[in-house]
Amino acid sequence: MNSNRLLFLLPLLMLVIMAGFFGWSLMSGRDPASIGSAMVGRPAPHLAVPSLRAGEPALDDALLHSGKPVLVNFFASWCTPCLAEHPIMTRLKEREGVVIVGVAWKNKPEEARAWLQRLGDPFKAVGFDLEGKTGLDWGLSGVPETFLIDAQGIVRLHFRAPITERDLTGTILPLLKAGS
Amino acid sequence: MRRALALALVLAAQQALAVEPSEMLSDPALEARARTLSRELRCVVCQNQSVDDSQAEVAHDIRRAVRERLVAGDTDKQVLDYMVARYGDYVLLDPPFKARTLLLWLGGPAVLLLGAAGIWLAARRKQAAPAPLSEAERRRVEELLKR
Repeated sequence: MNSNRLLFLLPLLMLVIMAGFFGWSLMSGRDPASIGSAMVGRPAPHLAVPSLRAGEPALDDALLHSGKPVLVNFFASWCTPCLAEHPIMTRLKEREGVVIVGVAWKNKPEEARAWLQRLGDPFKAVGFDLEGKTGLDWGLSGVPETFLIDAQGIVRLHFRAPITERDLTGTILPLLKAGS
Repeated sequence: MRRALALALVLAAQQALAVEPSEMLSDPALEARARTLSRELRCVVCQNQSVDDSQAEVAHDIRRAVRERLVAGDTDKQVLDYMVARYGDYVLLDPPFKARTLLLWLGGPAVLLLGAAGIWLAARRKQAAPAPLSEAERRRVEELLKR
């Protein structure tokens, strides 16, 4: 008789478990739509794109293995979040002295060039990946995406969204300080 | 009749391929393998569409990369591994069976077994014959029935 009574508590118990899970999902900042990254912790993929600047050599792996941490930023002139992110890139370069390599993804070179001319060019070197082949090698899902590559050439961070002020002060700068 | 035709056209339009003719390979055997593989690959920006169904830019790139790998002589498994190396297990519509996915694969059957066990226990309990009435209970029943 007693065990039967306890059975009535089962739905309540399940409710508590589910409410706990939903509560945790809300509070922990877990993003079920996040597709994660297969790149973090692995050596940086190959970089081989023609330069966006007239007369400059093509971008290659040497840029990623200069013995200093490097930020690789994929962007496009047609991408509004990239526009929103641009001041952060400028700030990273001018105030923090971070080396940033840019790649214009699926963007006509003349349009990417005009965009950088209008907004300012924060990149140490900037190339373009017209067909998205390099993007695929980097596991890109769109733009903007940003990779932090440490002094050893290992991918440390992979942002699948525009970099925000919070990413900058909370994640990128501490890691750069620890790395260099 | 006309309405049926319109409906058929609307349905046909929905079946239209995301794969563009310019993407297709001239070798039908390779193209067939490419189509099968793109149905197993998940579009990384549209959550639950396969690369074969999706019109997204990245899906287009992945379709092209699949075909390039096949032309280069890769096996189907090598092509899938190539994608997993770049996008992780997320890119597979059929997730692999491993420690991290145990709950995913075994959770359903486990709940089914638990339910079956519960029903079996409940059925067994019902079948057990009730205890015979005591003398006092028998008298009370008779009294109630007489009323």
